[in-house]
Amino acid sequence: MIVEVRGLKKVYGSKTGVTAVDGIDLNVADGAIYGLLGPNGAGKTTTISICTTRVLPTAGQVRIAGVDVVAEAPHARQYIGVVPQYNTLDRACTISENIFFHCLFFGFSRPAAKARTAELLEQFHLTERAEAYPAQLSGGLAQRVQIARAISHRPRVLFLDEPSAGLDPQSRIAMWDAVKGLRHQGITVVMTTHYMEEADELCDRVAIIDHGKILVEDTPAALKQSVGAQKVYELHLRDQPGRPELCARLSRIEGVSKAEQTGDGVRVLAHGADGLLSDVVSAASPFGLKDMTITEASLETVFIQLTGRDLRE
Amino acid sequence: MYARAFAGLFLRDLYVLRRELFPFAIRVCMNPLLFLFVFTYVLPHMSGGAAMNPTAKMAGSGGGFGTVLLPGLMAVAIMFSGIAAVALPLAQEFGITREIDDRVMCPLPVWAVAAEKIVFSAMQSVIAACIVFPLAYYIPSVPVQAHVNSWPFLIVVLLLASLVAGALGLTIGTAVKPQQIGLIFGVVVVPITFLGCVYYPWAALKPIPWLQFGVLVNPIVYMSEGLRAGLTPSAHMPDWLILAMLCFFLVFLGWRGIKGFYRRVLG
Ligand SMILES: Nc1ncnc2c1ncn2[C@@H]1O[C@H](COP(=O)(O)OP(=O)(O)O)[C@@H](O)[C@H]1O
Ligand SMILES: [Mg+2]
Repeated sequence: MIVEVRGLKKVYGSKTGVTAVDGIDLNVADGAIYGLLGPNGAGKTTTISICTTRVLPTAGQVRIAGVDVVAEAPHARQYIGVVPQYNTLDRACTISENIFFHCLFFGFSRPAAKARTAELLEQFHLTERAEAYPAQLSGGLAQRVQIARAISHRPRVLFLDEPSAGLDPQSRIAMWDAVKGLRHQGITVVMTTHYMEEADELCDRVAIIDHGKILVEDTPAALKQSVGAQKVYELHLRDQPGRPELCARLSRIEGVSKAEQTGDGVRVLAHGADGLLSDVVSAASPFGLKDMTITEASLETVFIQLTGRDLRE
Repeated sequence: MYARAFAGLFLRDLYVLRRELFPFAIRVCMNPLLFLFVFTYVLPHMSGGAAMNPTAKMAGSGGGFGTVLLPGLMAVAIMFSGIAAVALPLAQEFGITREIDDRVMCPLPVWAVAAEKIVFSAMQSVIAACIVFPLAYYIPSVPVQAHVNSWPFLIVVLLLASLVAGALGLTIGTAVKPQQIGLIFGVVVVPITFLGCVYYPWAALKPIPWLQFGVLVNPIVYMSEGLRAGLTPSAHMPDWLILAMLCFFLVFLGWRGIKGFYRRVLG
């Protein structure tokens, strides 16, 4: 296990006592892409900050490649690459200088740092913008530079905090490709996200985290399996008082594994059986069916089943 | 390993400074240049060569106000460089951009990253002092009396003063919010300069005892008195006191600054 987290706890502020991380255990296998999925305020950034030696834990222990991040922080940093939530590129230096000096910080000789910089600019398609300053870059490009810089000293683990926050769809896909490419270089990736598509698309394993605790941890496929349904029907109704009655009726339809009340209607979890759609619609029509969406069961569904809340809330 | 990371940080700062060499030189020169021009050139000409300042006679035989100002202005340049080299960039790097994060993530203990800031700033201060010296020596209309009794003493004072300035910059840069940095100039930097025995020797404060003892808490006093002792025949504090107090302020401000740096960097 390249990343080992044991009983991690973080309470901010001695008086007010905001518990951001509340007893987290994690094991990340070498070479994996690992996702921490959870809503805002779940404690993802705090967990990553502790793992990357930038925040001290209240209790618990983190080992990166066997090195304790509190007791031997400088040593542990050699194995760690970080791309934080915000842009930390050095605004006084060009793109290539950002990477070059980062290599020097990690003990590269000047020729080695030069060679490594050229290699990374090439790999991340940044050669044309090598002499640009960070302020001149779009969000997507800046994100790519940050990833290139973070892996320039050849860390064992790369931590990405909300890598696609604020990126347009095209840049997001380019970023996903860059992250997938890291797998071939044997770099383990630990990333946080509150986009379930992203966790599903990229990660080998996902831990769903809420209020500083891990709720479940598994492969995306197994997590979706655990819901016991392939389709999710979201029904929006005019007739709110009739919801319990409708739930009871829907549950009796063959193929429906679960029907539950939501804010303004009913959510139906079902297997993808033929004819189910018309059964659901005819059952709901008398209750003033306004609108309906049908989606595949996703990690979002898993989260809702576990917490009763939406990931975006 | 640590040494290489430290050298890398230093090199990065050097590189950025090199790009801003011209603004750096202007910043260093402007204040002493105008001060010297008005007080040691323009005013003496107006009053027909009479010494403008009662302390001038304390500068020793024949030396004018320029002799008093020479070490004082060097001390101001040292202190301003410390603030400009550390406090201003740090306030920005700790601000919304958090640029400092990448440097804090290098394989060095956090205190060493802070220490690099102090050392780099000290280098800038030494350069600033060397730029001011010829200005302060050649501009005054009454010849300045400069004489080095002991080179080792002068060099030690110059280095200590520069390091103290860097430590002061680190303390200020980590203690204040970026929006307040302008205010700090008004309420901290300007007063400690004016009350820092820059424009008069400490001994000349004798008629105002409360002030003479009050200014002893000001680190600039020991910078200007130290350079005064090392460079000119003027009256000055005892050498041992100057060195001891500079060491004290280096330890005290260095400790405060590094502590502040830890507080800002670690959650
Ligand atoms: N520096 C801090 N001081 C006090 N509270 C904090 C600090 N950083 C985060 N928190 C609190 O800790 C909780 C978890 O935050 P965070 O780790 O940023 O979550 P996430 O990254 O999952 O959105 C939130 O309630 C947040 O308000
Ligand atoms: Mg976060």
